[in-house]
Amino acid sequence: MTVSSYLERRWDVVLQLTLEHLIAVGLAVGIATLLGIALAILVYRNDRAVAVLLVVVNTLFTVPALAYFGALIVIVGLGWTSAITVLAIYALLPIVRNTITGLREVDPAVVRAATGMGMSKTQRLLRVELPLAYPVILSGLRVATVLIVGIAAIGSYVAGPGLGELIFSGLSSLGSVRAVPEITIGTVAIVLVALVLDAILA
Amino acid sequence: MSTPGEPMIRLDKLTKQYPGQEAPAVDAVDLAVPTGEIVILVGPSGCGKTTTLEMINRLIEPSSGRIFLEGEDVTHVNADQLRRRMGYVIQQIGLFPHQTIAQNIAVVPRMLGWKDARINDRVDELLHLVGLDPGRYRNRYPKEMSGGQRQRVGVARAMAADPPVMLMDEPFGATDPITRERLQNEFLRIQEDIRKTIVFVTHDIDEAIKMGDRIAILAEGSQIAQYDTPEAILTSPASEFVEQFLGSGILLKRLNLSRVEDVHVATGEWPTIGPDTTYDQARQHLQQSGRTHLLLLDAQRRPDRWIAAIDLDRDRDLSMAGTRVQACVDSRATLNDALQEMLLNANGVAVVVDRDGVYAGTLDLETIIAAIREMRSGTAVPGDT
Ligand SMILES: Nc1ncnc2c1ncn2[C@@H]1O[C@H](COP(=O)(O)OP(=O)(O)O)[C@@H](O)[C@H]1O
Ligand SMILES: [Mg+2]
Repeated sequence: MTVSSYLERRWDVVLQLTLEHLIAVGLAVGIATLLGIALAILVYRNDRAVAVLLVVVNTLFTVPALAYFGALIVIVGLGWTSAITVLAIYALLPIVRNTITGLREVDPAVVRAATGMGMSKTQRLLRVELPLAYPVILSGLRVATVLIVGIAAIGSYVAGPGLGELIFSGLSSLGSVRAVPEITIGTVAIVLVALVLDAILA
Repeated sequence: MSTPGEPMIRLDKLTKQYPGQEAPAVDAVDLAVPTGEIVILVGPSGCGKTTTLEMINRLIEPSSGRIFLEGEDVTHVNADQLRRRMGYVIQQIGLFPHQTIAQNIAVVPRMLGWKDARINDRVDELLHLVGLDPGRYRNRYPKEMSGGQRQRVGVARAMAADPPVMLMDEPFGATDPITRERLQNEFLRIQEDIRKTIVFVTHDIDEAIKMGDRIAILAEGSQIAQYDTPEAILTSPASEFVEQFLGSGILLKRLNLSRVEDVHVATGEWPTIGPDTTYDQARQHLQQSGRTHLLLLDAQRRPDRWIAAIDLDRDRDLSMAGTRVQACVDSRATLNDALQEMLLNANGVAVVVDRDGVYAGTLDLETIIAAIREMRSGTAVPGDT
């Protein structure tokens, strides 16, 4: 079976898996963005707290995906929840790091002027610091998104959603006619999804 | 306005002890800033000027002591609300780079909940006041403006909600000398109309003398070495520290005390002609005056060219003859500024103009020397007699 004949017969499955992949990545990035920006805002004024938070998210980032999946299967079982939790954990590092950097790079004179004019902490954050940090935060989001598009493939190992299912299915049936098209299509689709998201967020 | 005689701002034993430092950065300072005056805090770098200033709007919280605004103890009131009652200008300006000039100026009025129409009117009024054409500049971003223009916007922004008090920390410090002088003159002109109470920090004694109604000369720990009018400080320095800080050339510095409008600006010293003057009239005028040059004024009576006898030529247009008047001094400029102009000008004369740029007269070296003499004889230094 060739890639094209496989696509002809099972394009609906490929499309559905691609959509699932996108949804999983979107949910994970969404959760990580809310959590990551909130954490960054809580700590960015305090050097000590920044150091602690960065150590924590860095450490979380270095744990291998399979270790998380193993642990999460025990806690929440197989499925979407485990997969998305793990993806969100990985997305946290670039988002937290960039938000902190962006907020701390705002010109101190601008912050001083804002405070001197009587802006409250919240007003200053919403009207001055976050808008000025926005480009850096966005680039963190982009890195996180592209990164977890790849990692999401592993999620299928714990019956999570997405294109990983094609790859794992192909790998488990090596030697059969559908193995090569499945692995090829799964891999190429993931790369395409990553490229498209990267372009959208640029 | 509060109780008569009560200063706008009063500092009572105000102290700041930064953690981990031996001596306080500001040590029990008492200071009264009278309503409508410019009070200058001047002193060597690191003596505590900025710390003192920023305790007034509580950007820095005092360790002890009290701050009074119009008689009200504001040491512990809500700091954000306190700050909206005081304009604040810093050396780095700190305009919001993501907002237009109009949005920058509108920050405080917006926080105070002004209506859009009122805010727009106010923005235009302020841009006019600081000499920027609203049509041209209100929608620009700060990075599209020169340093001097940004500094003007910084001042306009601080004045936006018409606060009674302005705090200014080396506001013109980051500009080149020519821009700085212009900004100083403009600001004095504005202050003549608005009569704000201003606390102004600088490390430049010449700027202090020029801008201040009163000067506080600060030593280490923001200790006030002398607090008086510029005249009194220059003529009778209270201590060796003050004398040293004033530095050499004290007589020249006194030239910063007098403005061009305070001395005799000669109006008939040099013959003037208008743009419609004919060659023959000009020649005759010059001969009758017995002077070396004629001053050509344009249709708005603004100084245009210096024309000598040899420049007069029957076949040439008068508006092309002679040399262009390089720079004119504002009547609000100091004698020091005027002296600089004279030294740059070929015939040793400074042309004086009023605030609209209209010819007001001329100033020569003799007038300046006479002014110096008067200062020396008029106000004797104690112990000098
Ligand atoms: N945030 C701070 N923490 C510790 N020390 C400070 C701080 N700000 C200023 N200082 C110290 O306080 C002294 C006065 O500083 P400052 O008020 O900025 O002086 P000036 O404005 O006269 O140059 C200096 O010795 C300075 O190092
Ligand atoms: Mg300072």
